[in-house]
Amino acid sequence: MIRGRLLFLGLLLLGAGTAGAWELRDDSGQTFQLARAPQRIVSLLPSLTETVCALGECARLVGVDRYSNFPESVRALPQLGGGLDPQLEAIVALKPDLVLASAFAPGVQRMRALGLKLLVLEPRDFADAVRVVRVLGQVLAVDTAAAVVQGMERELRAAAQAVPVAARGKTVYFEVNPGPYAAGPSSFVGQMLAQLGLRNIVPASLGAFPKINPELVVRAQPDVILVGDNEVDDLSKRPGWGALVAVRTQRMCVFGKQDSDTLVRPGPRMAQGAMRVAQCLQRLYPGPA
Amino acid sequence: MSAPGRRSPLAWALVLCAASLLFVLLGVCVGSSGWQAWADMARDPVAWQIVWDIRLPRSVGAWGAGALLGLSGAVAQGLFRNPLADPYLLGSAAGASLGVCVALALLGVSPASLEWLAQIGLTGAAFAGATGAVLLTLVLARGVQHTLRLLLAGVVVGVVLGAASSLVLLMQPQLLQAMQGFLLGSTAFVGWSGCLLMLVVWSLCMAAAWWFSPVLDGLALGESTALSLGLPLAPMRLGLILVLALASGTAVAQTGLIAFVGLAAPHLVRSVLRATHAWLLLLSGLMGGALLLAADLLARALIAPQELPVGVLTAVLGGGYLLWLMHRQSASLPGGGA
Repeated sequence: MIRGRLLFLGLLLLGAGTAGAWELRDDSGQTFQLARAPQRIVSLLPSLTETVCALGECARLVGVDRYSNFPESVRALPQLGGGLDPQLEAIVALKPDLVLASAFAPGVQRMRALGLKLLVLEPRDFADAVRVVRVLGQVLAVDTAAAVVQGMERELRAAAQAVPVAARGKTVYFEVNPGPYAAGPSSFVGQMLAQLGLRNIVPASLGAFPKINPELVVRAQPDVILVGDNEVDDLSKRPGWGALVAVRTQRMCVFGKQDSDTLVRPGPRMAQGAMRVAQCLQRLYPGPA
Repeated sequence: MSAPGRRSPLAWALVLCAASLLFVLLGVCVGSSGWQAWADMARDPVAWQIVWDIRLPRSVGAWGAGALLGLSGAVAQGLFRNPLADPYLLGSAAGASLGVCVALALLGVSPASLEWLAQIGLTGAAFAGATGAVLLTLVLARGVQHTLRLLLAGVVVGVVLGAASSLVLLMQPQLLQAMQGFLLGSTAFVGWSGCLLMLVVWSLCMAAAWWFSPVLDGLALGESTALSLGLPLAPMRLGLILVLALASGTAVAQTGLIAFVGLAAPHLVRSVLRATHAWLLLLSGLMGGALLLAADLLARALIAPQELPVGVLTAVLGGGYLLWLMHRQSASLPGGGA
């Protein structure tokens, strides 16, 4: 289902005859075209902010949402609310010629009605992140997209090669939040874990980010647990979890806020997140890669 | 503030209208870019757009949503003879949430194949959900004869539909964020079309409620008294419930769930004067409008250029004032509550 959606939503280049006369269909199903490359861009999604900057066009950003925190330079830009509460007035006042937003942001229709040029992109996984780099490269009329994509793919391969032999095929549990919600195999985190040669304890049939019964983890006995640093202390206190081998022997990869950003944002730094996991596995399973 | 009954309802209506007008004028001047946009309006087209297309519709929209909530709150409190009744009593809030939730889930799966849904939009889904929930409550209560049965059916519908949205969110956790936005309630995205719709619906509902208001006066004396007055209780109750559904559904669809305005506005009106329900309904609407507009103003101004969620402010302001009122009245009337 997700595949089909992505195929459908994928960049549809129509009538690319003359230079500049192109249009594409964005992730809200709207046709999008631009007469000339945008110079004043507002981004309301951290991964899109990162993509614009990865393409080397950070200078074109004039405002970002309050969660965009990478690269460092975007912190100096005006903050225009979050994905939930974009501040229309402040956005309009900046006179952007392009606004990048996610499909679920409230006010998307309102921003269109106000005459803002809106490009809706909803990156969900590695393939999406690559697609978004290409789309934004096209929209910004820069030729750095191919290099960025190659870099991402190269880093991902490097991360996969960095996984120690002893760690390959190990079962893992990735906790998204203490619900507990897990990252399933079809989520981008799950796809990344598969790329690293790890086996997810969560069955694919449960979907991308299922809320699981804590029992499932106890029964599956994952070899390694991946979890955020603010929850790691709670794991052993959960009923039955104290007996988990991974908890007792501390076979856990604990991620701080910075690492989490690279892990959960489907943006150009995804491969760095994969590398963090690989490095953690090197620590847990010393030996040749 | 004068003791209840000292001023005429008409005078209060004029006072509330004047206050609302003042707030709208203030609302046009205050925003994330401060007073400056107002000053530059004549020269700068962007400043003009900010004032005319963002600040003015959102101010008028805040008034409209508040008026709808105040009116439906007064209808609910009169109809159920319960001071705790609020516009969402018959399940409209849970219904609207479920409507938005399902629409988001469908949109999320395949946005373009469901263009009709995108057309109707989340606003339509919320409205359909809210009115649908009230109708479901009516069906489950088997009509309007029995007040307690209606209330209980409303509670059941609210809980079950709430659980249904939780289930949808559990299956599709990526919708949580978008849902959170709806639940917080915001007046920031109201456009001119939304304003017009709310004002038209408010006028229609107000006219209908005015027409049905004798039944509320009768009910205030007790159900049997109302019957003995020869009022056609059942059809008028049904009419009022439809008014309630339409008014609260429209407000929820445009601004999300805004708490407390519908509950507090009728209480505030009753605290300053005694009047028949016809006036109480009108004044509650005007009071609700002024209240939400004032809250919206503060939400924009307090931490500018950032914004507070307006629902948080209505709860704090309305709740605080109501508490103060309650204690003041119980202090002056020993043994008698608000």
